[in-house]
Amino acid sequence: MEQYLIRFFAGGLMVSAFAAVGDVVRPKSFAGLFGAAPSIAIATLLIALLKQGPSYIAIEGRSMILGGAALAAYSLVSCQLLKRCQFSGPISTLLSTVVWFASAFGLYWLFLKET
Amino acid sequence: MAVKLKLSTLAEGHWYEYAIRFVLGGAVTMLAGWIATEWGPVIGGLFLAFPAIFPASATLVEKHERERKENAGIRGAKRGRDAAALEAAGAALGSIGLMVFAAIVWQFATAAPGIALSGGALTWLAVSVTLWVTRRHIRRAVTA
Repeated sequence: MEQYLIRFFAGGLMVSAFAAVGDVVRPKSFAGLFGAAPSIAIATLLIALLKQGPSYIAIEGRSMILGGAALAAYSLVSCQLLKRCQFSGPISTLLSTVVWFASAFGLYWLFLKET
Repeated sequence: MAVKLKLSTLAEGHWYEYAIRFVLGGAVTMLAGWIATEWGPVIGGLFLAFPAIFPASATLVEKHERERKENAGIRGAKRGRDAAALEAAGAALGSIGLMVFAAIVWQFATAAPGIALSGGALTWLAVSVTLWVTRRHIRRAVTA
């Protein structure tokens, strides 16, 4: 339980810090870079490094490459839903989450299933 | 437009908006840790790139932009969505930087984990900014 509380606070702090940087920089397309900051990754990998060791975080890093590709697909679909379909922010990001799951697990199935 | 800081935007947000972002970020990090514990680091690693910042940020940007335009007497719904779409375009470039961060962790964590994480984070920033600048130059050249 204690470990999950540490994860919660570390993740909350990292996400809030990167998001705050994104809030104050302009133009907005530049601020968007911080929407894909390695916030969860840094918090999680630091804890995993202390608990499970470097080999474990190397394996997580390899999978994260595919997660990052899924995040790119998510962002592009969000952009199109907002711009072309004129969906609201919450609806666009919710629908795009389906794209993230499909891309991440599709790529996992293609490249990492046998590992 | 050059990159600049606009600190006054922090004052536009309500405390509960920042609290939601903190809780969302914390919850996703906790979930990523739980998934790695239950299903191992191969599946868990996918969730290190789960969209945690963008959904709340896009919603806030859309809301603040809409309110700003409506206060100025302009219909702001479309402007709000356009602002959020611009953020999404930036996030797509940042995602490529995130993939490079992950590749550095994968390749160098076993030999030098501290350097892999800190160097990876700096590389994320460098790659993302370079891609953003390159995209900007290409767009300018195309529209000129």
